[in-house]
Amino acid sequence: MFKGVISLKSLWWQMAILAVLLILPFTIPTFYVYVLSLIFTTALLAMSLNLVLGYGGLFQFHHGVFYGVGAYTVALMLTKTSLPTWIGFVAGPIVAAVLGLVMGLLCVRLTRIYYGMLQLSLGSLVWAIVFRWYDFTGGDDGIHGIPLPSALSSLNGSYYFALIITAICLIVMYLIVKSPFGGTLQAIRDNPVRCAAVGVNVRRHRLIALVIATFFAGVGGVLFVTVERSVFPDLLFWALSLEVLIMCLLGGWFTFMGPVLGAAIVVLLRTFVGIYTEYWTLILGATLLLLVMFLPQGVMGYFQEKFKRGSKATAGRT
Amino acid sequence: MMLQVQAVGKSFGGFKAVNEANLTVEKGELVAVIGPNGAGKTTLFNLITGQLKPDAGRVIFKGEDIAGLPPHQICKKGIARSFQIVNVFSRLTVFENVQVAVLSQQRRSTNLFSPARNLAVNETNNILKSVGLLDKAEATSGSLSHGDQKILEMAMALGSEPKLLILDEPTAGMSPEETLATMELIKRLASTQGLTILFCEHDIELVFSVAQRIMVMHQGRTLIQGKPDEVRSNKEVQDAYLGGGECC
Repeated sequence: MFKGVISLKSLWWQMAILAVLLILPFTIPTFYVYVLSLIFTTALLAMSLNLVLGYGGLFQFHHGVFYGVGAYTVALMLTKTSLPTWIGFVAGPIVAAVLGLVMGLLCVRLTRIYYGMLQLSLGSLVWAIVFRWYDFTGGDDGIHGIPLPSALSSLNGSYYFALIITAICLIVMYLIVKSPFGGTLQAIRDNPVRCAAVGVNVRRHRLIALVIATFFAGVGGVLFVTVERSVFPDLLFWALSLEVLIMCLLGGWFTFMGPVLGAAIVVLLRTFVGIYTEYWTLILGATLLLLVMFLPQGVMGYFQEKFKRGSKATAGRT
Repeated sequence: MMLQVQAVGKSFGGFKAVNEANLTVEKGELVAVIGPNGAGKTTLFNLITGQLKPDAGRVIFKGEDIAGLPPHQICKKGIARSFQIVNVFSRLTVFENVQVAVLSQQRRSTNLFSPARNLAVNETNNILKSVGLLDKAEATSGSLSHGDQKILEMAMALGSEPKLLILDEPTAGMSPEETLATMELIKRLASTQGLTILFCEHDIELVFSVAQRIMVMHQGRTLIQGKPDEVRSNKEVQDAYLGGGECC
């Protein structure tokens, strides 16, 4: 399955990084373990967005909704039912994907900014429901103290869970990106009209991509619950979606690992600058400004370009 | 009869871009559509391949009315096209551009888990070889010269294994040498692969030397369709198009 997709050299690198991440919790303070878990969770969310944004060319402005819905599904199932935990963990992504399918059916008829507007408003509708429905979702209080199995209730437990699930999801997403479906999706991004003319059903491909992306966003939501043990309506608020969008642009939305890097940068900024000032978004804003002016391809895109230069010319942004 | 366009019409606002257009293409033929700028050639092609839906008339392909079907279904029925304005997937490589079409033709484009780079390799390379782009297979298509991008357009259309290939000004913007080479390529494709080709072209002399039959459009209407000699000697065509001195 991996033949011809992953080079041996990069495989060694990835193994090394994974090994470091596996032993890290024994060597660093618990707070950093928590921050890393949060980075994995956020990275998975950003990657899932980039599947439709960078690879699919869809302006998915409100991707956080599916993250939130995944998280709320788990939270509600664990607090309001006595079903086994794993059923809740499986239900989270599935509910998110079903919502993605329903929303997608309404949205994929539109393209570009119009798609984004409709998706944003539908997403905000979901947020409003979660925010207002006190009896069921806890309204703006959210749900706290979600019971987790003992293996996950320790900080290291949730760290390893987040790390392994994120790694598996990244591998699956990588395979998808390199599959015929992924290639066709990128062709649709570059030129939907041409793609239809070579016999591709553009809407169906976009819809499938949306279902996949929202599923993985739901997985991110599950991880969030295991890391934080609480959910709140801010998870579905548009501000978070914007942050995720920024992660993709910051890291490089035409690269595979870019969103991971972007997520790490934003989470670190929020955590460490946020300690000193609540205006940490100011720093984020300034970073973004510099990015747009000096690294329009994102951080990862910039380095990829640098490595490639000399070997062959690459297409400019169009 | 492979393709029959019967009294097809399309208006934009109040403007009749195509009105009462008629066209027939026999199997194995090389048919050209000519006409001055704005005569409705591109609109007619868009009506045949589904980018636009006709307001009136029928488009019959192999006995079936395909008017108004979406482009991807029309492509699956066996009509592929290239575009007048270069319309490639600019961030993908030349190979990937053609491969997208081949995979779609093989109904594998929703395959999620097998690596794409191992699929449809021979088919794609054969097409690139037949149009002479094999040595540029790994180049990013956006970095190709205009002429090569136009050829790539054609290669992508071939990837759909069409029965009927429609080329919208395949030589637009090319140098005279490139134009000649491209025309040779079109003739070769028609003869070696038994393709039926419908194309439109600005260079009148070239059209008369290559096409077996010619359809002349004027202000959205079909003036005549016939053999080059018939077209050349037609009074109406001379008045409307050829007659007004050297028009191009």
